[in-house]
Amino acid sequence: MSPSGFLAQMLQFAVALAAAPLLTGWVNQCRAWMQNKQAPSLLQPYRLLYKLFHKEPVAAESASLLFRAAPYIVFGCMALACGIIPALSTDLPLAPAADAIALVGLFALARVFISLAAMDIGTAFGTLGARREMLIGFLAEPALLMALFSASLITNSTSLAAIVHKIGHSHFEIYPSMAFAGVAFTIVSLAENARVPVDNPATHLELTMVHEALILEYSARHLALIEWAASLKLFAYSCIGLALFFPWGVAEVNAPLATLYSVPALAAKLAIGGFLLALIETVSAKMRIFRVPEFLAAAFVLAVIGLLVHGLLGA
Amino acid sequence: MDRMLDLDTILTAITIWVGFGIVALAAPRSTRFVARVLFPISAVVSLVLAVAALHGLFMPPQSVVLVLGLPGLPFHLRMDSLSAYFLAVIGATSAGTSIFSAGYLRKGEGTPPGLQCLQYHLFLAGMALVVLADDAYAFMVAWEAMALASYFLVIANHRVAAIRRAGYLYLLLAHIGAIAILLCFGVLQANTGDFTFANLRVQSLSPFWASIAFGLAVIGFGAKAGIVPLHVWLPEAHPAAPSPVSALMSGVMLKTAVYALLRIAFDLLHVQIWWWGALLLGLGLLTALYGVVFTTVQTDMKRLLAFSSIENVGLIFVSTGLALTFRSYGMPTLAALALTATLFHVAAHAMFKSLLFLATGSVLHATGERNLGKLGGLIRTMPWVAWLTLVGALTASGLPPLAGFVSEWLLLQTFLFTTNLPTSFLNMLVPLVAAAVALVAALSGYAMVKFFGVIFLGQPREEKLLHAHDASTLERIGLAWLAAGCVALGLFPIQLIDAIDRVTRLLVQYGLGSTVHANGWLLLAPTSIQRASYSPLIFLLVVIASVACAAITVRILYHGRLRRAPPWDCGYPYQTARMQDTAEGFGQPIRQIFEPFFWMRRDLPSPFDARPRYRVVIEDRFWHWIYQPVQHAVERAARLAGRVQQGRISIYLLYSFVTLVVMLLLVSR
Repeated sequence: MSPSGFLAQMLQFAVALAAAPLLTGWVNQCRAWMQNKQAPSLLQPYRLLYKLFHKEPVAAESASLLFRAAPYIVFGCMALACGIIPALSTDLPLAPAADAIALVGLFALARVFISLAAMDIGTAFGTLGARREMLIGFLAEPALLMALFSASLITNSTSLAAIVHKIGHSHFEIYPSMAFAGVAFTIVSLAENARVPVDNPATHLELTMVHEALILEYSARHLALIEWAASLKLFAYSCIGLALFFPWGVAEVNAPLATLYSVPALAAKLAIGGFLLALIETVSAKMRIFRVPEFLAAAFVLAVIGLLVHGLLGA
Repeated sequence: MDRMLDLDTILTAITIWVGFGIVALAAPRSTRFVARVLFPISAVVSLVLAVAALHGLFMPPQSVVLVLGLPGLPFHLRMDSLSAYFLAVIGATSAGTSIFSAGYLRKGEGTPPGLQCLQYHLFLAGMALVVLADDAYAFMVAWEAMALASYFLVIANHRVAAIRRAGYLYLLLAHIGAIAILLCFGVLQANTGDFTFANLRVQSLSPFWASIAFGLAVIGFGAKAGIVPLHVWLPEAHPAAPSPVSALMSGVMLKTAVYALLRIAFDLLHVQIWWWGALLLGLGLLTALYGVVFTTVQTDMKRLLAFSSIENVGLIFVSTGLALTFRSYGMPTLAALALTATLFHVAAHAMFKSLLFLATGSVLHATGERNLGKLGGLIRTMPWVAWLTLVGALTASGLPPLAGFVSEWLLLQTFLFTTNLPTSFLNMLVPLVAAAVALVAALSGYAMVKFFGVIFLGQPREEKLLHAHDASTLERIGLAWLAAGCVALGLFPIQLIDAIDRVTRLLVQYGLGSTVHANGWLLLAPTSIQRASYSPLIFLLVVIASVACAAITVRILYHGRLRRAPPWDCGYPYQTARMQDTAEGFGQPIRQIFEPFFWMRRDLPSPFDARPRYRVVIEDRFWHWIYQPVQHAVERAARLAGRVQQGRISIYLLYSFVTLVVMLLLVSR
């Protein structure tokens, strides 16, 4: 492990943990603007976390250890995800520990734990949310995997760092399969981050919610960790998207200074990405839950078509 | 060490097993003697067998001729690395099931414990001899011993008609398979009359006859492994059998079929035809998809696991098919990678599926329920079983850093490495298969969340569940042993791949052993680190470190207080356990999305019913497509044949007379 690699790794953890709520705040702010609402402050998510951490948690009488452990596990999973995605630098010592497939597995692990925790209390909404979350997950997971495979086939690698290195630091080329993968990835990120056509983060209407139903029983520090983890997940997905489709401005091995430059580059890319996300959320309407499988199946099919296009063109 | 020592140790272990069975007959009704004395020692014998097999794996092949059975037809036994690998799986898994059985066996209806002990150990011995057999005769004897012993174990509770029916179905399909296997060996010996594997290996068959032999092997071993459409016995036999037996059948016996298929396709047959692999790939994929979709809609916990076994066998066949295809195109690296995925999954599945089946046994004993709709909340009364099952369920979902993920990872890597096969049809097929495999893996996560969530989480759906007791100490040891296996295989995949390397070197003349070591013992990288790498240990450590950091920081900066209150549930004041999602409800989205898979009958209540009733029956379409027509045809044929029987002596005399005349005519020609 080189010292610069270690520094880059630590910087990436620090940036992810600190900036993830900021990204959530930014998306909320953009959306409020576009919907002609008074926008909350950019720092609102931090205030929320601060408030939640200071409250006294209340757990249901029947809650088991699984219920209390799940927020920490989900948070740990998302922290690792943010640590291995080459957002700032490709020189991450932890990156070889988990490639693209393991990253998808990591998200699945978090999803399974949060769903199990939702089933633990045994309320009607909790189990409903768990079922819906798994329903979204079982279609989103293979679609995400196939979108990542499109990039893997081009670069002959499933290591995210190698993908960014190959696509970002070779001469510019247009890959048709990546267009399909891009659309599929966008759909999957909307679904996985409980965004508008699939779920609405702003609503608490019982019968339509997915993410909110899962975490209904959580309060205080547990809820804070879950909210933070949700921000980290949005951050991680944004970074995967940027790494796959816009991998420019990411520092390479043995370039400690470039790592510093990469922070503003990432901030600029995330700002644009967050704005586009808010735009998508504003112009689309929430779907009925049973339209969601069709929506995600479309993503899955698109990603597979991307793979086939790659095979056909031999690109 | 002496060259023959491993095989001798193993044969001694098998003899001790059979001896235990016979000793148990001395006191067939003494649960204390049979369960508390014999089974724990038997578990130790299993462990010895596993260790000897692991040692033998790295040794040159060892063989022995036993003068048993018919005169002039001795048993040839031989242990090469393929046999040794499967023996190690048998030993390691049966150690868990035996120690569990020691705590599990009770007095009850049906077969007395002593007789069950004999059947159980004959079953173990049969499986061990199947993988050791080196001639078709010994193989068939061991195969049939395994099938019959397991049949009697399945119908242990033979007073129940449904269980007898399940056993009959199992026996029937086992024998259809056995006929195919017998014919397969008949083709393989190519009219030499010598059935030793050494002879079969040197025969060079024409592609036509080789394909016939391969097809027969797929039918024969597919029936045992549960390949669609020969899978129907699994969901019937597994719920009928006692749990340790289900665990052994699902975890180990299905693998002997995989072993035999590998033995025939890679070792005995030399002709290499690409569509063999494609056939296995297609069958495996169909099986995996079919199995996993049915897993998600089951309401009986053991049926659910049986379908999950069908799914996993399907995945094993997919990677075997890939390996066969690659071998036929002369791509040893890829063939070795695919075969490594196969063998890894064999071990992983043996561990987690046995664990899950044993756990259902504990739940069954504690609650008397197999129906998911009447369980729930057991994590509070049965914490040991619940947490160990969680390990198994996570492994079955293919989640990192456990064992199931490694084989999934290797399989997906195989797809990604596949470039430029000579057949463009296959080239197009590979991404589609990869997509389907990813879908299957994700769906198995859905099924396992349902399995674990409905049984162990939530509120108890019945009053009696509040008094459920946790598993006994011996049962816990068995469960913990298998759970430890799931974790160990997941965290140290390279060490297992070292062993698998020997097997793939034997079968496809290439192994991953040297390349996975290039990056140290921590990092699993099949070819190069730039291409793909995965390190479960670092993965786990970072997650644990993040969790610990978060927990400690929160505790120090804020506080660790926690207040208990009634559940919030959006403020709805009245809640009962009946308001939770049921097993049917959890499977409902899948039922809707994959509707064409099911043959479904639904009785919906109308708003005016005094006693509204909702009932949904889901059946296998293959019953209606294949089995029922066959059954009707057989019945019709039997009725026709029955006309011959008139019950009058004069008619029978007439038959004899006509036969005599026909015979005389034939002879006089």
